[in-house]
Amino acid sequence: MQWETVIGLEIHTQLLTRSKIFSGAPTAFGAEPNTQACPVDLGMPGVLPVLNRRAVELAVRFGTAIGAEIARRSVFARKNYFYPDLPKGYQISQYELPVVGRGAVEISLEDGSTKTIGVTRAHLEEDAGKSLHEDFQGMTGIDLNRAGTPLLEIVSEPDMRSPAEAVAYARKIHQLVRYIGISDGNMQEGSFRMDANVSVRPRGQHALGTRTELKNLNSFRFLEKALAFEVERQVEVIESGGAVVQETRLYDADRDETRPMRGKEEANDYRYFPDPDLLPLEIDTAFIAAATRDLPELPDARRRRFVSQYGLKDHDAGVLTASRELADFFEEVTEVCGEARLAATWVMGDLAAALNRTALEIQGSPVDAAMLGGLLQRILDETLSGKIAKQVFEAMWAGEGTADEIIQARGLKQISDSAELEAIVDEVIAANPKQVEQFRAGKEKLLGFFVGQVMKATRGQANPKQVNALLRKRLQG
Amino acid sequence: MSLQHSDVEKIARLAHLALNGDEADAYATELSGILDLVAQMERADTTGVTPMAHPLDMPQRLRPDEVTEGDRRDFYQAIAPATERGLYLVPKVID
Repeated sequence: MQWETVIGLEIHTQLLTRSKIFSGAPTAFGAEPNTQACPVDLGMPGVLPVLNRRAVELAVRFGTAIGAEIARRSVFARKNYFYPDLPKGYQISQYELPVVGRGAVEISLEDGSTKTIGVTRAHLEEDAGKSLHEDFQGMTGIDLNRAGTPLLEIVSEPDMRSPAEAVAYARKIHQLVRYIGISDGNMQEGSFRMDANVSVRPRGQHALGTRTELKNLNSFRFLEKALAFEVERQVEVIESGGAVVQETRLYDADRDETRPMRGKEEANDYRYFPDPDLLPLEIDTAFIAAATRDLPELPDARRRRFVSQYGLKDHDAGVLTASRELADFFEEVTEVCGEARLAATWVMGDLAAALNRTALEIQGSPVDAAMLGGLLQRILDETLSGKIAKQVFEAMWAGEGTADEIIQARGLKQISDSAELEAIVDEVIAANPKQVEQFRAGKEKLLGFFVGQVMKATRGQANPKQVNALLRKRLQG
Repeated sequence: MSLQHSDVEKIARLAHLALNGDEADAYATELSGILDLVAQMERADTTGVTPMAHPLDMPQRLRPDEVTEGDRRDFYQAIAPATERGLYLVPKVID
């Protein structure tokens, strides 16, 4: 039997606000336990939540970026469950009327095609605190710093048909939230968390199979591995005559398997109702305009522009627009040197390799865009050959200064003076009479040998184009 | 609409309330009465009426994104039954 996989994702992304969604406590990561939890976050009696304007603006930015309808009126609801890291006994979320309605994103697949993935909705909610299960005299420790941190939960349609498509979609959302500046997307710090709903059905069948929900997927790699494991598990269960049980399962990265979760998810009856502490959220046209006024060019549009404006290949344009910082860097290099394709080659080549080697992000690159652009200028005006340019790049990376400073200090200027070159070419010809004879007898490929000799004599600093032309002239003469 | 003994037990479990058998039966009767009232209201014709999310007819006020609450952990934790290294301690929960 041929099986088809059906996947939908729920992504929780932490919004970049200074203060919490319903209180004035700070949201900074890494503070001492419970030093950023005020009475609202602690669920003290008598407190009231007041909604953070910035959190709403960031949600509106996201909705606009995915072409979704922004709800002019949305409502906060209480999701009720008991867990010690949720002091109120309910999480304030949105249920029937979320702030962001249906939208879509486009993903690129490995075969070069694209696919549209629907986003069902996105809603605002508060995060819970953190439970620490290490042994505190047989008790559990609770840190409520994270309680009340603003989250945007982005729910996809069950449009993905393989773990790879799910990863492509998750990466797309991750790229987008960072591009539009609504989240830092930091997965180690829990700013971007993924849950997956997955089921299988016989190919050709329309009705969905029973799904399971996978939690604890805190990297793209784990997302892919957990889904791959779960798909295989479900197929095995069905093929051996069993039935998939609808349940929540946790991914265990150490064992690379999923297993049923016990505890708080079991009841799964959240008894949502509108939160009487919060009035309906109303958003008008002016609010949307203000929130989206400074939205940057979105990654897909920028990618298309890079192809049309700079003549880049679509794949390369995709690499260069992977993050806003990288795309900005590339455009600045292009502006300085005036040659987009050369800029693309260097940004994706030597620069990317150096960043990779040193585990740095583009923002931390010791060679900034102006410096790289300056180096490329020296290639374009033929001061440097491509080979010497690589040495200069390494020297810039090591902090020896700008390209011009390094060229000056090391005497690397390419020899383009024809009189000087002619003299060297003549010396090389005079020193190799046998090869000259063979060349003249028709052994054309010996030209490479002569080029090599000239390069050796000039320590690689001769202009290769000129050397080629001069050698041909002299050898044939 | 009438609630069964088992419905009440389920609601009590979700709400973390301990009931004895007599209480469950009493609540079944009382809660059924409330549901009957809701059923009666549901018979009213509400065609064209937007569901009310809140009795106050005004929108949510928004506050600026500013930090206004400093660290007062020691003060807040003074009433906690158990703390350690800044954490609130609670009976062990299994994840």
